[in-house]
Amino acid sequence: MSSEPLLSVRNLGKKFGGVLALSGVSLDVFKGDIVGIIGPNGSGKTTLVNAITGFIQADTGAVQFKGKDITNWKPHKIAALGLTRTFQVMRPYFSLPAYKNLIVPLFSPRARKTGGWRGGGKMGSRDTVAVDILEEIGFERDSYVPFKLASSLPTGYLKRLELARCLALRPEVIICDEVLSGLSMSEMASMVPLVEKLQMEGITLIMVEHRLRELFRLAGRVIVLNFGCKIAEGTSEEVMEYPEVKQAYFGSEEVYDYV
Amino acid sequence: MSSSKGDRRKERIDRGIKVRSDSVYAISSWKEITYLIAPRLVLILGLALAPLVLSAAPYWQRVVSIICVYSLLAMGFDFLANYVGLVSLGGGFYVGIGAYAAALLNTHFGLPPMITIPMATLLGAIICTVLFLPCLPLRGVYFAIVSLMYPLIAARIVEALDIFGGTDGILGVDGFSNVWIEQYFLVLCVLVMVFALRRLVEEDIGLVFRGVKDNDQAVKASGININQYKAFGVFIASALGCLGGACLTHMYMWAGLSQFALDFSIIPIAATVVGGGGTLVGPVLGCLILVPVSELLRDFGSLRIAVYSIVLTGFIVFKSEGIMIYAARKYEQFERWVEI
Repeated sequence: MSSEPLLSVRNLGKKFGGVLALSGVSLDVFKGDIVGIIGPNGSGKTTLVNAITGFIQADTGAVQFKGKDITNWKPHKIAALGLTRTFQVMRPYFSLPAYKNLIVPLFSPRARKTGGWRGGGKMGSRDTVAVDILEEIGFERDSYVPFKLASSLPTGYLKRLELARCLALRPEVIICDEVLSGLSMSEMASMVPLVEKLQMEGITLIMVEHRLRELFRLAGRVIVLNFGCKIAEGTSEEVMEYPEVKQAYFGSEEVYDYV
Repeated sequence: MSSSKGDRRKERIDRGIKVRSDSVYAISSWKEITYLIAPRLVLILGLALAPLVLSAAPYWQRVVSIICVYSLLAMGFDFLANYVGLVSLGGGFYVGIGAYAAALLNTHFGLPPMITIPMATLLGAIICTVLFLPCLPLRGVYFAIVSLMYPLIAARIVEALDIFGGTDGILGVDGFSNVWIEQYFLVLCVLVMVFALRRLVEEDIGLVFRGVKDNDQAVKASGININQYKAFGVFIASALGCLGGACLTHMYMWAGLSQFALDFSIIPIAATVVGGGGTLVGPVLGCLILVPVSELLRDFGSLRIAVYSIVLTGFIVFKSEGIMIYAARKYEQFERWVEI
C-alpha cells in the first residue's frame, strides 16, 4: 500500500514489574481496514490496546496516529483526536437509561465540535441523537429498548452500548476489545453485519477477539500475539499456517514427551 | 430453591399518579400538579416560615441560620460524593476559607456583607479548587484522607504563623444589618442552591459528572478530561462551603480558628447519611434534624456526643437509605406482599 498508515505502532513495550507484557510490537493500520488481533489468554492483547489508547504508559516504542506522535498521551486527548476504544468489561453508567449513557460522549469537546455521529448533534438535541445512534446499532425503539435502564439490559445490548458510546464521538478508529465474546450465537450473528456496516461508513476497526470464526470473516488482516510478542501477521489463512501460531493455540508436540 | 407455601416477597409498584404526572401529562389536572408541587412547597414554606415561627425565641432563630449553613455544606458534600465520586472531608476547610475571606474583605476594604459574601464565595471557591488540584487524581478513601488534612493544616498554619489574628481570629467584622436579613438571606441561599443543584445533575453536564463517578475510564475514552470535571465539582462544593463560611463570619461578627473545626467536615456526612445520599434535599433534612438535636443535647454536657453517636448508629443500622429516599419511595410507590 502506498498511502501513509492511519495508525502506526512501533516497537511498543511494557513491563509490569518483572513480567514482560508487551515486547516490541509493531503494526500498521490503514484507513478502512479491519485488523484483527488474536492470541491466547495473557498474550498482551488488552495491554496493547491500553498502551495505544493511553490508558497505560508504554515503556518503549512509539504510536503515531494521523501523522501525530501520540505516544503516552492522556486517554481523553487521544479519544478527542478520533481514536477510541471499547472496554472488555462493560461498565455502562448503570443508573442511567441506555440513551442517557451516550450523553457523556456527545457532551465531549470533540462531539460538540463535529456534532457527533453523522453531525447529528448540530441539528437536534443530544437526546435525539443518542436515541438515533442506539436505534441504528440495533436497540429497537419500538419496544423502548433505548429508554430502559442500562442495569436491566442483557450482555448483547451492553456490548452494543459500548460500541455506541464510541460511535457517538464520530471516531476515525475504533479499537474493539472483545465485542463478540460472551454473546449468544444469534447476538453474534447480528453483530457481524453491524461491524461490516461500520466499515462501510469509513470507520477503521481494530478488533481484539477470541472468536476466531467471526473475526476471520471480518478482518482483512490478522495479527497474532503470544507472550507479548507479535508472532504472525497476514490474512486469516496465512496466519493459521504459521508453526508458532499452531503451537500457541494447540501446544507443541514436545510437550507430550514430558507428559 | 424451594418455594414452600407462605413464601412472600414485597412488590413495589409506582403509584398511578406518579406515572400520570411523569411528563407533559403533569399539567392535565390540578391533582397531578398538586402531587408534584406539594413536596416542594412543604420544603419552601417550611424553611420560609421557620424564622417567623421562632421569632419569639431568638436562640432558636439563630439555630435556623446555623442549620442553613450546615445545609449548604452538606449539599456540597452530597453533590461531590454521590455525583462526582469524591468523598470530601474538607468541609471545615471550605468554611474556614470562606469565613476568613469575608472577614478580611470586610475589615480591610470596608465592604458591606452583601458584597463580601458573594466575593468570598467566589474567591474562596477558587482558592479551594486550586489547592485541591493536586489531589484530584486520587480516588475513594485516599481523597477522603487527604481532604481531611486540609482544614487541620490550615488551622495549624494560621496558629503557627500568627497571621490573620492568629488564635484570636479577626475581630470587628460587621454583622448583618438585622436578624431578618440574615435569616432570609440564608434560607433563600439554601432553597436556590437545592433546586439549582437538583436541576444541574439532570442536565447533560450533570450526566458527565455522574459518568465520572460511575465509570471514569469510559468518560476518558469519550474524550473528556475527567480532572477538569472533578475540579468543577470541587468548585461547586467549595463555593457552597465558602458561602456558608462567609455567612457564619457575619453572623458571629468574627472569623477564627474554630471555623476550620472538624464539625464542618463531619456533620455534613452525618446529615447526608440521615437524610439520604444522592437526593441533595436529603442533606438539608438531615441538618434540620441533627443540628437541633445537637443543640438540645447541650444539656447533657459531655454525654452529648455519646447520644449523638447512638442516634447516628441507629439510623445507619435501621434506615441506612435515609429519610428522603424512604419518603420518596412511600410517596411514589405502593408496596404489597405477593406469594411466590
